[in-house]
Amino acid sequence: MHVFTLIGVLLALALAGYHAGRSRALSLKTGPRSAGQPAAAAAGGGSGPGPRFHSLPDYHGYYTALWTLAPPLLLLAGWLALEPMVLTHVVLAGLPPEMEDLPADRLRLMVSTIRTLAVGVVAGDPGEALLAAGRRYAELRSRSGTLLSLLACGLAVAGLALAWRSIAPDLRARNRVEAATRAFMVACSAVAIITTVGIVASLLFESLRFFAAVPPSEFLFGLAWSPQTAIRADQVGSSGAFGAVPLFTGTLLISGIALAVAVPTGLMSAIFTAEYAGPGLRAVVKPLLEILAGIPTVVYGFFAALVVGPFLRDSGGTVGLGISSESALAAGVVMGIMIVPFVSSLSDDVISAVPESLREGSLGLGATRSETIRRVVLPAALPGIVGGVLLAASRAIGETMIVVMAAGMAANLTANPFEAVTTVTVQIVSLLVGDQEFDSPKTLAAFALGLVLFVVTLLLNVVALHVVRKYRERYE
Amino acid sequence: MSELEMTEPAATVTETARRVQARLAARYAAEKRFRLYGIAAIGLALFMLVALFGSIIGRGWSAFGQTMLTLEVTLDPAVIDPDGRREPSALASADYQGLIKTALGTLFPEVTDRQQRRQLFELASSGASFRLRDLVVETPALIGSTVTVRVPARDTVDQYVKGHILASTPESARRISDRQIAWVESLREKGLLERRFNTILFTAGDSREPELAGLWAAVSGSFFVMVVTLALSFPTGVAAAVYLEEFAPKNRLTDIIEVNINNLAAVPSVVFGLLGLSLFLGWFGLPRSSPLVGGLVLALIILPTIIIAGRAALTAVPPSIREAALGIGASRMQTVTHHVLPLAMPGILTGTIIGMARALGESAPLLMIGMVAFVVDVPRTPLDPATVLPVQIYLWADSAERAFVERTSAAIMVLLVFLIAMNALAVLLRRKFERRW
Repeated sequence: MHVFTLIGVLLALALAGYHAGRSRALSLKTGPRSAGQPAAAAAGGGSGPGPRFHSLPDYHGYYTALWTLAPPLLLLAGWLALEPMVLTHVVLAGLPPEMEDLPADRLRLMVSTIRTLAVGVVAGDPGEALLAAGRRYAELRSRSGTLLSLLACGLAVAGLALAWRSIAPDLRARNRVEAATRAFMVACSAVAIITTVGIVASLLFESLRFFAAVPPSEFLFGLAWSPQTAIRADQVGSSGAFGAVPLFTGTLLISGIALAVAVPTGLMSAIFTAEYAGPGLRAVVKPLLEILAGIPTVVYGFFAALVVGPFLRDSGGTVGLGISSESALAAGVVMGIMIVPFVSSLSDDVISAVPESLREGSLGLGATRSETIRRVVLPAALPGIVGGVLLAASRAIGETMIVVMAAGMAANLTANPFEAVTTVTVQIVSLLVGDQEFDSPKTLAAFALGLVLFVVTLLLNVVALHVVRKYRERYE
Repeated sequence: MSELEMTEPAATVTETARRVQARLAARYAAEKRFRLYGIAAIGLALFMLVALFGSIIGRGWSAFGQTMLTLEVTLDPAVIDPDGRREPSALASADYQGLIKTALGTLFPEVTDRQQRRQLFELASSGASFRLRDLVVETPALIGSTVTVRVPARDTVDQYVKGHILASTPESARRISDRQIAWVESLREKGLLERRFNTILFTAGDSREPELAGLWAAVSGSFFVMVVTLALSFPTGVAAAVYLEEFAPKNRLTDIIEVNINNLAAVPSVVFGLLGLSLFLGWFGLPRSSPLVGGLVLALIILPTIIIAGRAALTAVPPSIREAALGIGASRMQTVTHHVLPLAMPGILTGTIIGMARALGESAPLLMIGMVAFVVDVPRTPLDPATVLPVQIYLWADSAERAFVERTSAAIMVLLVFLIAMNALAVLLRRKFERRW
């Protein structure tokens, strides 16, 4: 909490800095007149009576505020990023020597125990040494917080004073403020890259630890998935099997059903709205279809689990088909409905982008409209449509809530849409939700699955965007 | 001979005409069919939309009512405050459950059997005693008097009154017994049991008892998450959009950033959840289940949306504006901040609202960072454990009780109302401020 207070204090100081800087610039500018030096106006040649300033007073205010705010904020960010590491190091160094030589994974577990103890949560009996370490951690952290607050406020005041003193007519305050703004903008643009790097780094890092326990070949080609490992070393239980093939086939099955629903429906809707519907109908139908894209996935999940699933099970029962209530079909159909607007709006764009001359040529030869669409428009729009379908496929593969709520947990290796299958995303969620220790292969497996998911969707997106862009260029 | 020559081609012409006619009919039929496929596709999509809304509203509307039980409770001083000192701690820990039981017992004095009495007491919600306690702690002067309180009935009674549990079902297959049904009917005749607007749904936190579970904790959790998300993603997104559109030189680096942003927009949201888990919780040690972490993750998710919308809005501002500003001596930064950005702001805001609507409905990444907690207390700061509306929906959808199905649907309706309001705001903004140059 102290961080929020600190930021509040810094913001208040910055506001004060703005006013101080601005009023100093103003007083320097008007000061000489009150001292009775009218010659200065002539010497400056400007509009004001004082010395001619390079920048407006406002910019001097911003300049002072920047010097007040930026250094302590940078300090704060660096401090918060490094604090856990330094504290952990110090606390571990203070532990009894026999605890220091633990293997890396036990050590990590111990560190997380110490951290929870430091927040005041005591679960079970962690032992005296760990309790002491937890206290020490909490104490060190509060001390570090105090030190940080003092340092940050000191820096802010010092920055304010320095900037305030440096205000002079020839200070290029505007240029400096603009350079700082620009630097801020560059940093913000870099966030996108940092995020990607962060995703790749964290997924790779945790996956490598997983692959140290489970060989990649077993993970990628193994046919059995049962991640229930023993939580304690002495516990009797399954050792866990991490063959992800059933998850991959389950994901493909559900995504396949979803695409089988979404592609014809979306494409035909797009053709109808783009080629047949008048502007009035188009204005009604398109937003209605877009609503489907705006509904949260958890709502679709509820719909699939409580309406579509039981409906399919019951109707399957009446015709003598054994459809599981958590069938791949229910999840797939609902997911298909969800991605209809993706397919339809992307296809609508590319169909509308096909030059009118192609249509007119075909119609002029006597083809009907449907013949024109099938023989001329669709072939011309095909690359764009394929791109849209690939994007939709990547959505379907990465979709989580529908399958978590409507598809099963059982890792069946089957292509039967009436049975329950599980998907990569379902397993990621089920491995990480609930009580678990952070470092078992079970939780690390989620990161390996996440890595596969990330790579596959990234490839699909790159290909799709490439196809779409290439296609756009052709008709422009 | 000449006649023959004349008739032969004529026969072919009619034959051709006949064939063309037949072929044309087939082609027109194909044309009609094709058109029908299009209408059918749209019809299917719209039918599913209607089915979705219909099933949710059909299941959920009844959750906005709650069966309340009116009880005459004698606030016996011997039970509440035996030492008569009116100490708040003593008042708060008294046996109000017992008082409720006594009140129920006086309504049906004929029930004496132990097991039957227990069934009778099950008519009132276990939360009834808390209502009574709050009443007494607030006005201790009531002790000794007889007050009329309205307490929520148990979920089974509620479901029976609403007609979701039918008396015709075999007794073993329903969660309310024949005897309880008889009591409920007699209470109804006396006018002591009535359906009122469900205020608990909007004021309480989560609960294991369906009749006591409310959305307020989830709504406030969502509020904090949205505040954090907006505070982080809006300035960052706008700054990035402005830089990329107005200042960035066209080089490899900006190309990479651009491709990157497009790809990030399509990364599955669970992957962002994994990032949040390993980076914000694992590395920075931020508190689990907190809106702060949720907001951070969601900010990263919607950042590409805001950047892309921002760039589109900036491109739409005509170059003449920039040239005019530069022409009268403004610096490039002044041109952007004083002229271009204000003109692009409605477009940027529209994009931001749409991104925020997406963030409000997002749940998968929040499951990863522990926002699936069972949250009874309403969070007061962004660091308290919290849950959000969509995750609350997910949790309730997992619960077995019939009453939770109804509440899940009601929660979905609340969420959809928020989303519709946000999207309507975006549309309004666009209508009001959109300028064609």
